[in-house]
Amino acid sequence: MPTSDYDPACLPDLLPLYYRRLFPFSQYYRWLSYGGVSKNYFQNREFSFTLKDDIYVRYQSFTTQNELEKEMQKMVPYKVDIGAVYSHRPSQHNAVKSGTFQALEKELVFDIDMTDYDDVRRCCSAADICSKCWTLMIIAIRILDRALREDFGFHHLLWVYSGRRGVHCWVCDDAARKLSVAARSAVAEYLSLVKGGEETLRKVVLSDPIHPFINHSLSVVERYFQQYAIVEQDILCSKESVDKVLSLPIPVKFHNSLCQFWYHIKKYWKYLSCSHNIKKGGQYFDKEIMLQYCYPRLDVNVSKGVNHLLKSPFSVHPKTGRISVPIDLKELNTFDPFEVPTISLICEELERPRADEAEEDDVKDKENEQEAGERRRIRDYKRTSLAKYVKVFDRFLEAMARSWKGEMLKKSGELETSFSVFLTFMSFTYT
Amino acid sequence: MQFSGRRKKLIGNFQNDLYDQCLQFYGQPPLENISLTEFETFAVERLKLLKTVENVGVSCVKNSEQYTKKLDAEISSLNFPHRVELGDQKVQGGISEYEKRRKDHISHFILRLAYCQTEDLRRWFIQQEMDLFRYRFNCLHSKHKTDFLHKNNLKYETVSAEEKKNLKDKLIASSYGLSGTKVEEHDVYKVPFQDALDLVRTRKVYLLAGNAYIPHHEIVTIVLNDFRTRLSKALAMTARSLPAVQSDERLQPLLSHLSHAYVGQDYSIQKNIGKISLEQIDALSGKSFPLCMRHLHKALRENHHLRHGGRMQYGLFLKGIGLTLEQALQFWRSEFVKGKVDADKFDKAYAYSVRHMFGKEGKRTDYTPYSCMKVILSNPPSQGDYHGCPFRHSDPELLKQKLQNYKVSPSGINQILELVKGMHYQLACQKYFELTHNVEDAGFSLNHPNQYFTESQKFLSGGRDIKKEVDMSQRSQENPASVTHPSQANSKQAHEEMGDLDSFFQDE
Repeated sequence: MPTSDYDPACLPDLLPLYYRRLFPFSQYYRWLSYGGVSKNYFQNREFSFTLKDDIYVRYQSFTTQNELEKEMQKMVPYKVDIGAVYSHRPSQHNAVKSGTFQALEKELVFDIDMTDYDDVRRCCSAADICSKCWTLMIIAIRILDRALREDFGFHHLLWVYSGRRGVHCWVCDDAARKLSVAARSAVAEYLSLVKGGEETLRKVVLSDPIHPFINHSLSVVERYFQQYAIVEQDILCSKESVDKVLSLPIPVKFHNSLCQFWYHIKKYWKYLSCSHNIKKGGQYFDKEIMLQYCYPRLDVNVSKGVNHLLKSPFSVHPKTGRISVPIDLKELNTFDPFEVPTISLICEELERPRADEAEEDDVKDKENEQEAGERRRIRDYKRTSLAKYVKVFDRFLEAMARSWKGEMLKKSGELETSFSVFLTFMSFTYT
Repeated sequence: MQFSGRRKKLIGNFQNDLYDQCLQFYGQPPLENISLTEFETFAVERLKLLKTVENVGVSCVKNSEQYTKKLDAEISSLNFPHRVELGDQKVQGGISEYEKRRKDHISHFILRLAYCQTEDLRRWFIQQEMDLFRYRFNCLHSKHKTDFLHKNNLKYETVSAEEKKNLKDKLIASSYGLSGTKVEEHDVYKVPFQDALDLVRTRKVYLLAGNAYIPHHEIVTIVLNDFRTRLSKALAMTARSLPAVQSDERLQPLLSHLSHAYVGQDYSIQKNIGKISLEQIDALSGKSFPLCMRHLHKALRENHHLRHGGRMQYGLFLKGIGLTLEQALQFWRSEFVKGKVDADKFDKAYAYSVRHMFGKEGKRTDYTPYSCMKVILSNPPSQGDYHGCPFRHSDPELLKQKLQNYKVSPSGINQILELVKGMHYQLACQKYFELTHNVEDAGFSLNHPNQYFTESQKFLSGGRDIKKEVDMSQRSQENPASVTHPSQANSKQAHEEMGDLDSFFQDE
């Protein structure tokens, strides 16, 4: 599928169209309201906008979906970030007595950025990515998704492509949103294996016993290691590159195939261990190497803060034009970041006329403005490449809605009320 | 009004019950009256104890023999309760176990008053109290641990025998020191992971579906978590009732002195504002910067960029040595502009954070330069970062190379590496000072990068009486509200206590 060439200079023209006719506001609002289980949850949420000329405004908040739409269509933000749910409306934070305005809840988030892997990527560096190093994201998603679900018991995870060089994970469970700073930082550190800055050579240190989490992660890494490191990254191609690998535990001669590589390293290792030259703990050097090359590197600081602002799903990336779309984990192996639609593509797709829509236009004059607008918008994005990603988002919301229903029932506990909840739930499923 | 040295009578049995265990959660505040002297003595001695806890925590591996020995010695010499049950009435040097526990109880609550006021103070206090508690809890016999749990109503859900069997291998692989037999014989507790954060953070526990599976011998970590939460809440509450306490003229000077004493100088008050020019920085980085800042400066010059962690650590340090906001902006802008950032972008994105550092944005906190403790213990560097403590965070090989580049002698390098191996990072930095300034003894105890700079500058400009000068500047920086003790004798004694406290902190 040819992607329309994206030119950042077109953003001022494309964005208004995007926010008027394509941005999935009703699903977005449904997400952030979390079923209305907590009062004022949406109203007390902070958004921040980056406007034209890099003007950055914080503490934006909205009372209704309508207000959110109107404001975004008016301000036309280049970037939208989502922050925490506060104790008061963020837009009124100055009127609140100092010290009482506080961030209360927020999704637990993770940001995997490709630049953090620069020391082990040979194909690209900095903001670039390619299909070879994209494998790192696949590995990261598989490892973290499993751990967050199985170890931590979370259920509602939204993985989003950031639009350029990484992925974000939004953990939306009720328990996750209520986590303290200490808890968030503990979760992030549990998930961290690669530690150290420029000055650290051996960034992964394993010792007995190996925690079940590490074993799970290793099985994912091992699946991809040969393909990624040996073939795609070609870490055995030059002496320099191999030396880098081998500066980790021991120096040894290299050979061109994986089997011979490990065979010789192991032989040399046995020799060393017989002569008692190795210090304790070096026995897992092969696992350490694999982990250092492939294990996810996350920025603990992003996950720690309750008030940390993170790029919103369906926001546009100003440099690449790509929409930050949800990733369907069932199709993870075939996800191609270069196939993600750009704003120019979907705006272009919008302009293409479709024959089968002519009939629908005539119907429903009785509908009020907003509903008509929504219907139109829903028809609109369905005509573009954005459609399949909104579907992923819909499925995510449906799964969560079932848990909200449970919450509401718990709160009310009476038959009559549960009936009205049922009705509300039904109206939410309308798309 | 003045209290004499006499103590009021105790309130019957209630107090006896309170002190029937060596260790306590400090749930109930003391209800008796005490003399002002006792008030001060207790507070000062506990502070000394907590300071020792902090120092041994940084210079020794926790729970190693060295750590245990040092802490034991300090606890005994300061007459705090330790390793003895109430039944053992052996009176040592006139102070009964009961008295020690009472002191423990009262002194804790006094220090709460002094340390509840700011986030930094609270964090420090909680950290040391937790370390102390952990140490004392671990000294208890297993039976006494269980007693403690029961007495304090800590009920944790135990895992069924069948589930234990199913998870046996996983449990053994996740918890240190756990064998198959231990799993079978002893209880394993299941708690929500939010209640076991220390174990989760270090991955020393098995997690499944949001629950942490804790073996019996690890239960201390859970108890600690509980301890921390309670103490944190209590401090917040104390802070709210503090104004009433502070209005008491007898207590205000002591409390204020206590909370300043722990940290010595924090370099939040810049003394040499504007005395450094930007041109001098390159030269100064080689002569008077500690290794971490020299490293950051070099990285900045080479890459024309530093990430957030590096900007904070280095930027605040520069503020501490006397750079003005204008100078700082100019410094950072000129460097970043040489890299990928144009002047406009700098003004929009990075200038804000520089002004933030100087307290001119956001909630206008005037951030203090990081102490060594903070640099070593928090925010470890990752890929692309240059901050942190090189003695702590660099590979020994790379550290060695760097020191060789800086023309440190091979024997000096070995000494430094030995100290690093023993985890004495601040001592290693001090040794670096000694080697680069060509002096036998640094003459000070390093705990802050700005202190390194000040000492170095003093040394290079010939001011060799370093110790005396620091003493004086320390005194003058204290907040000496006049102590309104009607009795001169009492006030003199109190001042001597304070003096001791000062020199105690000077002397390490």
